[in-house]
Amino acid sequence: MSAPAARGPSVAVDRLVKRFGSFTAVDGISFRVDPGEIMGFLGPNGAGKSTLIRMLCGLLRPTSGRALVAGRDVAREPEAVREHLGYMSQRFSLYGDLSVLENLRFFGGLYGVDGREFSERSRWALEMAGLVGREATLASQLASGWKQRLALGCAVLHRPPILFLDEPTSGVDPIARRAFWELIQQMAATGVTIFVSTHYMDEAEYCHRLALIHRGRLVGLGTPEELRQTTLRGVLLELACEPVGPALEALQDAPGVFDAAVFGDTLHVVAVSEESARSGLPAWLAARGVRCTSIRTIEPSLEDVFVQRLGGRDLQEGGAA
Amino acid sequence: MSAARIAALARKELLQVWRDRRSLWIALFMPIMQMGLIGYGASLDIKHVPVCFSDREGSQRSQDLLRRFQASVYFRLVAAVADDRALRAAIDGGRCRIALVIPPDFSERLHDAGGAAVQAVVDGTDDNSANVAITYARAVVSAYSADLRLDFLLRRGLGSQAAPPLAVEPRVWFNEDMESRAFIIPGVVAMVMALIGALLSSLTIAREWERGTMELLISTPVRPVEIMLGKLLPYFGIGLLDAALCVAIAVGWFGIPFRGTLAMLFWTAALFLVVVLGVGYIISILTRNQLGASQIALLVTLLPTTLLSGFAFPIDQMPAPIRLLSYLVYGRYYVTILKAIFLKGAGARALAVPILGLAVYATAIGVIATRAFRKRLV
Repeated sequence: MSAPAARGPSVAVDRLVKRFGSFTAVDGISFRVDPGEIMGFLGPNGAGKSTLIRMLCGLLRPTSGRALVAGRDVAREPEAVREHLGYMSQRFSLYGDLSVLENLRFFGGLYGVDGREFSERSRWALEMAGLVGREATLASQLASGWKQRLALGCAVLHRPPILFLDEPTSGVDPIARRAFWELIQQMAATGVTIFVSTHYMDEAEYCHRLALIHRGRLVGLGTPEELRQTTLRGVLLELACEPVGPALEALQDAPGVFDAAVFGDTLHVVAVSEESARSGLPAWLAARGVRCTSIRTIEPSLEDVFVQRLGGRDLQEGGAA
Repeated sequence: MSAARIAALARKELLQVWRDRRSLWIALFMPIMQMGLIGYGASLDIKHVPVCFSDREGSQRSQDLLRRFQASVYFRLVAAVADDRALRAAIDGGRCRIALVIPPDFSERLHDAGGAAVQAVVDGTDDNSANVAITYARAVVSAYSADLRLDFLLRRGLGSQAAPPLAVEPRVWFNEDMESRAFIIPGVVAMVMALIGALLSSLTIAREWERGTMELLISTPVRPVEIMLGKLLPYFGIGLLDAALCVAIAVGWFGIPFRGTLAMLFWTAALFLVVVLGVGYIISILTRNQLGASQIALLVTLLPTTLLSGFAFPIDQMPAPIRLLSYLVYGRYYVTILKAIFLKGAGARALAVPILGLAVYATAIGVIATRAFRKRLV
C-alpha cells in the first residue's frame, strides 16, 4: 500500500517511558532501526517488550519520550502510523469463528486491500501459510503453527513496510518455528523492517540486531556478534564442578575470575585467560571442598551475554531463557 | 470515513451473529416468545369472574337474577353454597371471587315499594379486579331492576314514564371493543425491540475484548466511528426485521388493528433503534465483558420500559415526580408513537412531540456513543 520511508530510519525511539501507576514498564529506551532490518527484543517475561511494541503500534500512549514510526509521531498521529504497520499480538487474536479466508477478507477490508489486489495477496498469504485448500476451515480449528502463519498473513496482507511481531513463536513447535523464521528473513530481504520480541535465546540469533531489555531498560544493543565480543571482559570457561552451590560461592572471590554463573549442571566463568584458570582454579576450589573435573573455553551464547550484561542487577531473572 | 471498512466490519459481525447460537436465538426467537408471553399474559381485562351463589329463596325471580349473571361475559357461576360457612370456605379457597346471597324474602321485598337487596361478598385481595367486578355486578343487578320497573310501569299503563330522564350514549373510538390487549400489544412491540436491540449490541465491543481480538482490531487504521457503524449496522437490520416480525404477530395473531402506514412505522422504528443500539453499545464499551454487559443491558432496559413507558400502566395516573422521571425512559416515546400508529393511524404531525423527544434522545446517545470508544488498550 505504501513504500517504506524514502530516507532515514524506519523507526526512531527517543527516551521512551511508559508507567502504569507507580510501575515503570518501559524506562527511557532509545534506538533507531533502518529499513530491512530485523530487530529483536530479547528479555525475560515482564521485561517490557510487549509494552514497547504496543507503544510503537499506537496501542498504548507513551508517558514521555517520542517514537517516530515511518517518520510519524506515534502519539500524535496513531492512525497515520497504523497504515504503515502490520502487527501480530502475543495472543492469537484472529477471529476463531471466522474461516481462514473470512479472516483474510476482513483484514483486507480494513486495510483497503480489495478486488484483484486482494485475490493476489490472499493467494500469496495462503501459500505462505500452507493453508491452500483449507480456506473454509474455521481459524479456531487450526493447529498453532498454522494459526501463527495465518496471523502473519493477515498482518502483511497490505504490504506494510514495518512489521511488529510480539512473541510470534510462543507455543509453536520447533519445525514450525524454523519455517516461520525463514519467512521473516525473506520479508526482511525485500526491505520490510521487522521487530520481533522473544524470550527464546536461540531465536535471537536470527535477528540482525538485538535490544536486550531487562526491567524496562535497554541493557545491550548491537548485532549478536557485537554483543558477544564486547560484553565479555575475558574468556568464557565452562567448569564441571561438584558440588555446584559451594563452587559458585568460592568462584566469586577467586583470583583472575570476573564473574561466574550456574548454567544447567555446569558453571560458566568469565576469567582473564584459560591458562591462568587451569593453573590456579582447581587448587583454589579444592581448598574449599569443591572438586573440578573439567575446564574448557567455550563460545559465549546470547544467554551468557545476557547474564553478563545484567551483571549485578538480577542474575536469577536475567538467566531465565 | 471509509465505506469499505464499515462494510468489512458489518459483514464480519453478521457472520459472527449467524454462527453464535446465543445471538441468533436472541435475535429471532425471543421476539416471538415475548410477544406470545406478554400478549397472552398481560391482559387487564376482567372477564369470567367466578361467582358462588346462595339462593335462599329459590323463586322464579331469584333464578332470573342468577341467569342474568350467567349470561354476562363478566361472570361465571361456579357453585351453589348452602350456608355462610360454605360461602366463606369458597371465598377463602379461591373457588370464587364473589358470592351472591339472595335473601329468603327476596320476591316479597321486590313487591313492596321498599325494594330488595342482594348481598355480594367480594374477595378484595386484588383491589382493582374487585372494584371492576363490583361495578359489573351492580350493572347486572340494576339492569335487572330496570327491567322489573319497566314491567311494573307497563302493567299499570304508565309506559311513558319508563324512560330515564338522562343517559350517556357512549361511543368508543380507536379501541372500539375496549380490549386491553389492543392497548398493550403495540407497547410490547416497543419493549421487545428495546430489549433485543440493547442485548445484542451490548455484546459487540465486549466480545472483542473478551476474545482478545480487540488488540489486533485497534492496531488497524479503522476509525472508532467506523467500528461503531460497522458493528451496529447488522443489528439495525435485525432490529427492523424484529419490528416487522412483532407487528406481523400483533396484527396476524392477536388481531390488533393496524391503522397507520408502514412507512411511518419503520422510520420511527429506525429512530428508536438508534437510541436502543447506542445504549447497548455504550454499555458494551464500559463493561468490556459479555455477561456483565448483557446483565446491565437487561436491567437498564427491562425495568424502566416495563414500568415507566406507559406500555401497560398509564403514565397520567402516576404521581408527578414519577411522571417527570418517565421522560427519561426512551421507551415511553416509542410506546406512545406505536400505540397511536396502530390504533389511531396517526401521522408525523400528530406525533410531533414524542418523535421530537426520540430524536433528541437519538442525537444525544449518538454523540456519546461516537465518543465513548477510544482506540487504546488501557
